[in-house]
Amino acid sequence: MKTVEEIKAAIEAAVPGAGVEIVSNPGPSAQHSLLIAPESAVAVATFLRDHAELALDFLSNVTGVDWPDKEIAEKVKVTRTVTKTVEGVEQSAEETVEETRKRVEPGYLEVVYHFYSMAKKHGPVVLRMRTANRTDKVQLPSMTPVWRSAEFQEREVFDLFGVEFTGHPDLRRILMWDGFKDHPMRRDYVEPDDYDYEPTAHDEVLKKAQAHQAALAGQKGAGE
Amino acid sequence: MAVDEGLKIELGKQGVFVTTLQELYNWGRRSSVWPMNFGLACCAIEMIATTMARYDMARFGAEVFRPSPRQADMMIISGTVTKKMAPQVVRLYNQMAEPRYVIAMGACAISGGPFKQGYNVLKGIDRYIPVDIHIPGCPPRPEALLEAFMALQKKIDAQHLTGEDRPRHLDAEAQGLFPVPGQGEHDLEPAANKSVWTVPVVIR
Ligand code: SF4
Repeated sequence: MKTVEEIKAAIEAAVPGAGVEIVSNPGPSAQHSLLIAPESAVAVATFLRDHAELALDFLSNVTGVDWPDKEIAEKVKVTRTVTKTVEGVEQSAEETVEETRKRVEPGYLEVVYHFYSMAKKHGPVVLRMRTANRTDKVQLPSMTPVWRSAEFQEREVFDLFGVEFTGHPDLRRILMWDGFKDHPMRRDYVEPDDYDYEPTAHDEVLKKAQAHQAALAGQKGAGE
Repeated sequence: MAVDEGLKIELGKQGVFVTTLQELYNWGRRSSVWPMNFGLACCAIEMIATTMARYDMARFGAEVFRPSPRQADMMIISGTVTKKMAPQVVRLYNQMAEPRYVIAMGACAISGGPFKQGYNVLKGIDRYIPVDIHIPGCPPRPEALLEAFMALQKKIDAQHLTGEDRPRHLDAEAQGLFPVPGQGEHDLEPAANKSVWTVPVVIR
């Protein structure tokens, strides 16, 4: 099979402005993936499926990843001019200090597709797409028109992560009920506080059960 | 009213059989408890195995799995009850005619089991409907289900036809309909039926 670099080159030759990037996997499996721009995703997908040599006719897996906002603290060396008074004479000197700067890298939702070829017996080729942010710009193009098997799995990603697939024929929740509001696989999901009965609690669960009991005691105290 | 055991045996030797109406009635009830044809997860496979030739639930009169709740006497909650499924389980239970019994089979049905902290799993079906027998295990072996079934038979046998502890179908005042939980924005509402389930006291 072609390497990711070759696939990237082939995509760029066939789909102008595809915006493909390689996301390398440093692990021993070395399964590098291709990050594609959502605008050209359907064109790229169709190209990969219909390519004579790649013939990626089988979509095996669709999954989501939640990347929350990251706060990055960096140490930067800053040089500035300071004025000092030495023995009654004003002097200006350069001084280098280390400063810690914090910046917030915005998070995003990512959808990962694994493709194989049944005809050529090779794979996987891994595609990724990223949303603009985690709150309101969560639209990504659906792969269902290209691979029908994406339908249920994209519904699952929609249900659990909240990615909205444009062009999906039937985008409804699949595991949770329709009136459900949360996306349980997101990292900032707040679960309902039902830790009222935990007979064998330990670690995380013990903390949650204790918090629940404390909240109950607080309520009782306020009610009296 | 009970017949003296010794007298019963003596009379039996003479070819005279004595019984009470209650005994006869309960014997009939317990010897033909038809389960509902209803499985939820991996535990259902063990339940199916229990009905097959090797374990043979038919010996206890429970071989006819009814596909309709109207014709079933017993519901075996065999497996994980998800929050999406819980309202349907309660609804099916409501559709069963009295007398009806519930066996909660496996860690999932009694407490949520390995998925207890999951966002989608109910922490035990006894939060919404009265459960007669709980079986621990993941999954419980067919022998455990048979044991539970025998325990249920003993329970039926011990029920009096009159008085405080009479079965629900002989008690016109008894609660027949159990509220079906609604599916809210974050969780089932209410999270438990307070008239059926209260938070057990944990003794450490
Ligand atoms: S108790 Fe174990 S075997 Fe039974 S349904 Fe739950 S996970 Fe499956």
